[in-house]
Parts: sequence; structure tokens; C-alpha cells
Amino acid sequence: MSAFARLVARDLRLALRQRADAGMVVLFFVLTAALFPLAVGPEPNLLARMAPGIIWVTALLAVLLSLERLFLADYEDGSLELLALAPLPLEATVLAKALAHWLTTGLPLVVAGPLLALLYNMDAAGLPMLVLAMALGSPSLSLIGAFGAALTLGARRGGVLIPLLVLPLNIPVLIFGVAAIDAALAGLSPRPHLLFLGALFLVTLVTAPLAGAAALRQALE
Amino acid sequence: MHRFANPGRFLRLANTLLPWCAGLAAVSIALGLYLALFVAPPDYQQGESVRIMYVHVPAAWMALFVYTAVAAASAVALIWRHPLADLVAKASSPVGASFTFLALVTGSLWGKPMWGTWWVWDARLTSMLVLFFLYLGHMAIMNAFEDPARGFRAAAVLALVGFVNVPIIHFSVEWWSTLHQPSSVLRLGGPAIHASMLWPLLVMMLGFKLYYVSLLLVRVKAELLAARLRARAYAALDAS
Repeated sequence: MSAFARLVARDLRLALRQRADAGMVVLFFVLTAALFPLAVGPEPNLLARMAPGIIWVTALLAVLLSLERLFLADYEDGSLELLALAPLPLEATVLAKALAHWLTTGLPLVVAGPLLALLYNMDAAGLPMLVLAMALGSPSLSLIGAFGAALTLGARRGGVLIPLLVLPLNIPVLIFGVAAIDAALAGLSPRPHLLFLGALFLVTLVTAPLAGAAALRQALE
Repeated sequence: MHRFANPGRFLRLANTLLPWCAGLAAVSIALGLYLALFVAPPDYQQGESVRIMYVHVPAAWMALFVYTAVAAASAVALIWRHPLADLVAKASSPVGASFTFLALVTGSLWGKPMWGTWWVWDARLTSMLVLFFLYLGHMAIMNAFEDPARGFRAAAVLALVGFVNVPIIHFSVEWWSTLHQPSSVLRLGGPAIHASMLWPLLVMMLGFKLYYVSLLLVRVKAELLAARLRARAYAALDAS
């Protein structure tokens, strides 16, 4: 097993031991989404119209929850310094961390997304597109988030800083993620929006580990 | 460039340049405002409200220009560890945030009579708002660490990542044909704006740019002097 896979496996094992943490993220996702019908009124057409946007915004917020602890535990107990010394490039370490974050946070959200869509009365025709758009967009959220978490490592009020840094960078994912579902619901081709989501994923896949590793090196100096 | 890594040399240069920059900025902003408010003709469609443009457009240009300056300074700081580049980035971002805020507010004031609304979620407006948040994030992370050097470097990485937004803002009016009008000055085939309106705009632009340079010199000077005071206080502590 390569060092990369071993690192992912280690993070997954740690996450599995703290199963409640991953569950908490999904719970937050469902709970926040459940607040909107109470606030704007339970009118089915209105909720169906707003469903893609609300699901994406709450997913964006739910991803933020778990970002702070992405590197923090390893930073505090010193394992991050050992990871930096290991032969595995730091870029690959960031990528492995982001992958583990996506598997424990993004993937559960993709699974829970259709459930919320049903609660919101969204047309079933949009469900496959919801899953596809979230599956394509949420890895970008984890990658951008890993960059934000690396940047704020050791900062005062790091937990408050991360949303301020990460949310503006997440906006393109939100825009094209919602547009893809809206297009599918309106019977238009979601292809251009999906292509944009894919492009965003590829760009973040390349740049986020580079920038994240640069940020980590400064934190460890 | 590395000549000015010496703070003493930079301070001497700044002291020579500052009166000229500040004086020229005051003159060109005063002249620009006079031209814009009294000389330039009212627009045939927009009437007198067009005069907001003479503040709005230069402020929006400066918002992008200053962010570019922050990103360039950050790159210089990360690559060559140039000590003044960090201070330039730190001194620039509040100025850039103010220009962005000014552009957003004047745009909003112009939008109410012209578009009938204070705000629309148009591509240009949204990307400018994101730029404002990027400036705020840059300022926040700069001050978030116990060790100022770490804050400088984290902010530099963020500034470089956030630079992707600058071309998006610039081309937003062409990529998405939404409400905000496309550029009429910087475009292929020359400016589509009459000389009587173009000149006040360019004079204001020059004034804003000189104003930024003057502020930058003052702020970097203040940072250097503050560092010198800190060093002196530490030396006094050591001696006692």
C-alpha cells in the first residue's frame, strides 16, 4: 500500500473512531435545511423552486464545520511535522487529507442531498442531476477547504477565519452547482454547467494541494 | 528592487516623493472634480446622474489595480523574501478595500435612479462584492497570528489565490451579458466615450492613482517607523 493510500486510510480510521463527528455534519445539513420551510412558510411550489439553492448553501456551510480540525489535531500533537518530513510530498499529504475529508463529509452530504430534495418537494426529474452536481462539486469544496484550513493553522480565532476565507472562493461551485440542477428541472441541457463544475474540480485539484502545501510549510517553519 | 530593501534608503526616497505625489494627487482630484461636476456635459439619457461615473469608474479601476499590486507584492515577498513587499501588501489592502467599497456604494447610488434598484445580483456586482470579501479576508488573516511574519506569508498565499477573481471581474461584463454595461474606455477600436467626458475621467483616474501612491508611501513609512520604535523599546528593555 502506498504512503498516500495509507495516509487516507489512517484519516478514515480516525474518523471512524469518532463516528459521531461525521454524523454531526449530516445532522447539521438536514437541520439547517429544515429551518427554511419554517422561516419562509411551507408553500410547496416555493420550496420546490428554492430546493437546489438551499441544499447547496447548506452543504457549503456543513462542509465548513469540519474544516478546522482537518490539520489541527495533527498540528497540535506534532504528527504534521513528521508528515512534512516523510518522503511523501507535502502536496500529496494535503491531497490525501482533502480526499479523506471528502469521503467523511462530502460523500455523506451527496447521499443526504436527495433526501432533502424529497422533503422540499423537488421534482424527481432533478434528482439524478442533484446527485451528479453534488458529486462533481463537493470535492472542490473539500480541496478549497483544505487550503483554507492549512492557511489558518495556528491562527487566533481560526474557526471564524476559515469561513471568511473559504466562502468567497466557494462561490463559483455554488453558482454552477445550482445552475446545473435548475437547468435539468427546466428541461434544458445541464451540460455547460457540469463542464464548468468539472473544470473547477480540475483546477482546484491542481492548485489547492500546491497552495495548501505552501501554507503548511509556513505553519511548520 | 533590492536596493530599497534597506529601510533607510526607502525612507529617504519616500520623503522626497511624498510631497510631489500628494500635491499632484490633490491638484488632479480637484481639477478632475471641477471638470466632472461643472465642465462635462450631462448625459442625454442619464442626465446629471452621469457625474457619479467620474468617481465610480476610477474607484472600480483602482480596486482592481490595488489588488493586482497586492498580489504582485505578495509574489515578490514569497519568492525573494523582500522585506518591503510584505509591508506594501499590508499597507495596500485597506486602501483597496476602501476603493472597492466606494465603487460599490457609488454604483448603488447610481443604480437607484438608473436601474430602479440599489443592487442586482449581476455578474460584475457580485464579483466586485467577492473582491471586497477577499480584501477583508486578506486584512483579517494578516492580523490573525501571534507572529507577524507568519501573518504576512499566509496573507501573501491568500492574495495570490484570490487573484483569480481579477480577470473574472474584468471580463464579467463580456462573459455574462447581464445588467452592468460593458467597458467604454478600454476596448478594441478606441474609447466609445466623447472627449468631453473622457478627459475628466482620465484626470480623476490619475488623481486616484497618485492618491493611492501617496497613501502607500505614508503607510509603509509608518510601518517602518513603528518597527524602529519597537526595536528601540526592546533595546531599552535589554539595557535595563
